[in-house]
Parts: sequence; C-alpha cells; structure tokens
Amino acid sequence: MFVAAALALLATMILTIARALLGPTLYDRLLAVNSFGTKTVLFIAVFGFLTGRPEFLDIALVYSLINFIGTVAVLKFYEYDDLGSGAYQEDDF
Amino acid sequence: MPEFIAILLTLFAWVLMLIGCVFIVAGGVGLVRFPDLYTRLHAAGVTDTGGTIFMVLAMILISLSQYQNPWIAGKLLLILFFTLFTTPTASHALAKTALLSGLVPKDEHGKPIIDSPELAQKMALSRAPKDGSVNLTPGASDNADNNKSDGNS
Repeated sequence: MFVAAALALLATMILTIARALLGPTLYDRLLAVNSFGTKTVLFIAVFGFLTGRPEFLDIALVYSLINFIGTVAVLKFYEYDDLGSGAYQEDDF
Repeated sequence: MPEFIAILLTLFAWVLMLIGCVFIVAGGVGLVRFPDLYTRLHAAGVTDTGGTIFMVLAMILISLSQYQNPWIAGKLLLILFFTLFTTPTASHALAKTALLSGLVPKDEHGKPIIDSPELAQKMALSRAPKDGSVNLTPGASDNADNNKSDGNS
C-alpha cells in the first residue's frame, strides 16, 4: 500500500515540477513549488512508514511549516520588494 | 488489540489511502492541464487539502494498528492540523497577490471577466461591504470606494 502511495506521490511531484518549469507567470511557479512542498511532506511521512521507521514524521512536521513560511515570504517579497514592509490596509489587523 | 479489529483498521486505511492517491494525482494532472492560474489554484489547493486529509488519516489508522507508540498518531495529527491551516492560507495569499499584480481571471472562452488590470488591483484591495453584499461584476468599480488607494506599494 505504501509503495503505491509513494509512487502516486512521485508521479504527482514530477507533474508539479513540469508546471514549475513551464508556468508562464511567476505565480504559476510559486503555486507549483508550494504544491510540491505539500507533496514532499506527505512523501516523507509515507516513506517513513514504508521503511518501518515513523521517526521521519518529525522531519515532515518541520518541512510543512518551513514550506508555508517560504511561500508567504516569496509572495510578500514580490508584492512589496521588501520583506519588512507593513500592512497595506491598516484595518486588516 | 483483537486480531479482527486490526485487519478491519488496515482495510479501512487501504481505502482511505487509495482515495488520497486519487486526489493527489488528480491535483497534479489538473495543475498541468488547466488553462490559467486561477483554475490551477483550484486544482492544486483543493486536492492538496483533500489528499492530505485522506492520506494522513490512513497513516494514523496504520500507526494505531501496527505501532504501540501513540506519539506517531499525535505527530500525524499535528501535520494534518498545520497543513489544514497553511495550504488554504497560501492559496489565498497567492490568489490575492496575483490579482493585485494585475493578472485578470478569464472565462471559458478566454474573455477577461474584469475590465482592466487596474480594476483587478482595486478589487484585490477593496474590502467587502459590511452588509455582506459583494458585487464582483465588470464595471462595478464603485465597489472599490472604501479601499485605501494610497498604499505603500
């Protein structure tokens, strides 16, 4: 079962990389990279179960958080050209 | 744990894992084949969340039936929790940033559904009205009255 899941995840990761390389706009590439990160988290978890060592889950946990932070950081950088800029709407917060 | 309960859990986990695989592969195919960014965002965002839910639930069932360590299920639940928060947030931020950069959504005939990139930026910056009525039709630029146009961009 875990072999099938790992193969499905690997196939999807290849498709995601294809979109990241093809993607006409920057946002297509970012979407592909974010989606790739989610699949990596799942793949690490599945691989841990596949090899009978679920301790890999710690790495998956850290990777899911870093993936989100990376995506939001790149989005913010391309939006404002500055990672330290404030909110663009004061009543948002 | 009795033998038949473990077998039942494993069978159920098989079904959940299969559903998760279908979600994940469908998301990958949609990410490649859909025509523009917003449709791809739908494919990737929805199927990532759905596939993650099913796959992690399957792994939780397997860990409960095969390993006697409750921390494994706890870590899997944490992964599910964080993914359920971060994936929709990243999709939302991506869509809003794309709209703010002037990328206009198109309908099925390739015709833009918003008049101009400037209107798209205004709509991305505008707040929904307090009474809950949102008007997103082309030409309804008075919808963007209450935005703060002198942003720091």
